[in-house]
Amino acid sequence: MTDEIVAYKTVKESEVDTWHKVATVEDFPSDGGVCVEYKGLQVAVFNFSRRSEWYATQNLCPHKKQMILSRGMLGSDGDEPKVACPFHKQTFSLKNGNNLNGEHCALATYPVKVEAGQVYVGFKN
Amino acid sequence: MEQIIVIGNGMVGYKFCEKLRSKAAKGQFSVKVFGEEPHPAYDRVHLSEYFSNRSVADLEMAPRSWYVENDVELITGELIVSIDRNNKKVTSHTGLEASYDKLVLATGSSAFVPPIKGSEMQGVFVYRTIEDLEAIIAYGKTSKKAAVLGGGLLGLEAAKAMLDLNQETHVIEFAPRLMPRQLDQTGSDALKDKMEALGINIHMSRNTASILGEESMTGLEFTDGELLAADMLVISCGIKPRDELAAQSGLEIGQRGGIVVNDSLQTTDPDIYAIGECALHKNFIYGLVAPGYEMADVVVDQLLDSGDKVFQSYDMSTKLKLIGVDVASFGDALCENTPHKPIIFEDKLEGVYKRINISEDGKKLLGGILVGDAEAYNMLLQVTLNGMALPPNPEDLILGSRGGESMEMELPDTAQICSCENVTKGDICKSIVEQNLESVADVKTCTKAGTGCGACSPMVTDIFDIQLKSMGKTVKKVLCEHFDYSRQELFDLIKVKGIKSYNELLDTHGYGDGCEVCKPAVASLMASIWNELILNQDTIQDTNDRFLANIQKGGSYSVVPRIPGGEITPDKLIVIGQVAKKYDLYTKITGGQRIDLFGATVNQLPDIWEELIDAGFESGHAYGKSLRTVKSCVGSSWCRYGLHDSVSFAIEIEERYRGLRSPHKLKSAVSGCRRECAEALSKDFGIIATDLGWNLYVCGNGGANPQHAQLLAGDIDSETCKKFIDRFLMFYIKTAEPLNRTATWLNKLDGGMEYLKQVVVEDSLGVAADLEREMEFMVDTYKCEWKEVVNNPELRRKFSHFVNTEIPDPTMQFEDFRGQKKPVDWDKNLVESK
Repeated sequence: MTDEIVAYKTVKESEVDTWHKVATVEDFPSDGGVCVEYKGLQVAVFNFSRRSEWYATQNLCPHKKQMILSRGMLGSDGDEPKVACPFHKQTFSLKNGNNLNGEHCALATYPVKVEAGQVYVGFKN
Repeated sequence: MEQIIVIGNGMVGYKFCEKLRSKAAKGQFSVKVFGEEPHPAYDRVHLSEYFSNRSVADLEMAPRSWYVENDVELITGELIVSIDRNNKKVTSHTGLEASYDKLVLATGSSAFVPPIKGSEMQGVFVYRTIEDLEAIIAYGKTSKKAAVLGGGLLGLEAAKAMLDLNQETHVIEFAPRLMPRQLDQTGSDALKDKMEALGINIHMSRNTASILGEESMTGLEFTDGELLAADMLVISCGIKPRDELAAQSGLEIGQRGGIVVNDSLQTTDPDIYAIGECALHKNFIYGLVAPGYEMADVVVDQLLDSGDKVFQSYDMSTKLKLIGVDVASFGDALCENTPHKPIIFEDKLEGVYKRINISEDGKKLLGGILVGDAEAYNMLLQVTLNGMALPPNPEDLILGSRGGESMEMELPDTAQICSCENVTKGDICKSIVEQNLESVADVKTCTKAGTGCGACSPMVTDIFDIQLKSMGKTVKKVLCEHFDYSRQELFDLIKVKGIKSYNELLDTHGYGDGCEVCKPAVASLMASIWNELILNQDTIQDTNDRFLANIQKGGSYSVVPRIPGGEITPDKLIVIGQVAKKYDLYTKITGGQRIDLFGATVNQLPDIWEELIDAGFESGHAYGKSLRTVKSCVGSSWCRYGLHDSVSFAIEIEERYRGLRSPHKLKSAVSGCRRECAEALSKDFGIIATDLGWNLYVCGNGGANPQHAQLLAGDIDSETCKKFIDRFLMFYIKTAEPLNRTATWLNKLDGGMEYLKQVVVEDSLGVAADLEREMEFMVDTYKCEWKEVVNNPELRRKFSHFVNTEIPDPTMQFEDFRGQKKPVDWDKNLVESK
């Protein structure tokens, strides 16, 4: 397992070589996330419907190394969209993955696009 | 090291130790305290609370550990019988000896028992120590009618205690009025009316000639020949200084008792001080705690060589709540020998009497009396003590300004706010600024203001609010950055405007996109108001509520089926065992008499529940801020001590409030007798059987800050008990801040337990019927959440780890642990992402 977790690395939209279809829009709760599996990697994908925005981050919370962030609660800190880890309420920016209320390292983030009711996450192989 | 011995471990003796230890350098003094009572010093001012709490620990000034931590050697149960002034040595009744350099007499006082024939009979008590109270409680079990001799402060307190013991209560006062030192005739009449309305019979201008009876008393005979039948008599005619030790040691004693002290509080032996109710200063015995504390302060100052502080005559103003009636008297209340012009307000309908004494020149307030409404007490006292100029229409002081503008008197910094701890307004403001204090509780901790009798608490709050406002800080308790409302305000908004979704509330009354603080708080509010299926808004729920299970290390969940009252059939136990085996779950008995099944993956939850529900189980709501369990002892059906069937009542209570969402979790218990095997006093609401019904206790807590529940109502039947719990819980749900347990809520509640009793039992706010109706709605609309999920394929689909594959989380790992499984610990080896 460890190897896959180490593999988390932020992918910029310009670097994407594979848009992976993960689910349909209906599979998502509003203002919430789901977890998707891609080649052994767990990615949390969020439908921030209040803001009409989509985000994806690593599913692993760096605080206690738990595969959990897809079950996190969405919110905003000022204008910054964020997700709160269910375990100890560590919060992370959905835009750049930075830890907003602690010293933990930033989450890897991934680009998301929605086309014809399908949700895609961008990866770089 | 200078050796200090304190004789007497009462409130003042304790306060002396506290002040000395906080001011003296470490190692400057050794301190030894002798107390004659078996308990460490306790709060005698609130002694009557012992009748409802029955806990000595609650009344203690400080636990025994305080004395150890502060290097004060406390020897209780030892009576000092002699002082050898030449060799500076004291000896106790068991022969214990100790040497001193300075001796402090804080021997206090005993109850004054007038020389009435028959006072040695059984059934005659004084009202002074915990032992006295215990004896009264024991005797009260067989007694029906009690008389209290003395209509002063203490006598009326004692009368309340008699009422609490279900006695037909009579107060006998020699003077023509109640509280003759504090009240005038009209004030006394107003108080008498109130007391009589509460069922206390008042007999004034009565001189008791003798106590009738043979071994046990049967009544009283007055000098006019009238008789009063009574099973017991509590004498509280005043105090008698405990000066016998001082007298026997050759120290000067006043003509009518009391150890004579000078302004430095030295007795006629300069190495011996006397403080508190045993000391006679300028021919006056101070029978209140505040001047006693001031004396303790003066002696500490003397010992520290600064020695410039002396004791001056002390203000005897006082405010108290007598059986729910506010009574206050301040400054020169009676002005018996002072020329003055009184302003008097009397409202016989409401039972309110207010009198203020204005100086003849009309410029200063000399003192006054308040009965029935003492809200203005602190302000009036400050105006009196500080000689402040009066408003243009002095009657505004008691009537309030009628021009619309509120009258706020600006107090000088030197104004003493807390007389018990001698804290000025300046002290409070300074500590708020310098220590950046953010709550009234912090102010009380740092300055000690309001920690004595508590009468100044409202004023401390006002000063705090005004000071914070002047610093540009807001005091309002808002939920978070997304709502400018407190939880209570949001409750009303949601209810009145009929708002049913979080986003609608945020759009109409909030900012931004919410957060992990306001979302679950609003979710809880909506659940407490509308009681709709919480999964309708699953993404505003905390993760436990979202998946209707408790998340554990590694991301697995635990499952707790409801086992009401802890009663379960063998068949159901077998089902739990079978389910646990089938899904490989770790099982453990919880503290709340049920069984927790750990280690389920999110995907397994609906399947597990389907089997449990088929076997007749329902959700235990262990995941919610809601009612957890109602624990019970085995009760009268099996137990040879049991008074009532605690198990049946626990089941009834648990089924009534199951699923009820609240600001925090709720725990309860029912015990079948005083042995209290269900530990009801540590619960948010606990019920204990009595001979006559149930005692209902509320706002207890275990956990990090244990606190005993307090009596809300005694000897009530099951229906009344449920009615009071309905009101109590709904009132808590509506007014608490988020994530405040009932104990925390009560500690913050203005007026505390007395106020809560008024609201819940006496319906002082007139909301009881609403509260009951709201609870009835919750009871009627209860549904098992898991049953809804199990029968709804769409909801079931939400219980998966991945959206794009059926497999559970492959990173979840368990290891073997005493024959069961446990999750691998928080992984320390994983490398953080880049």
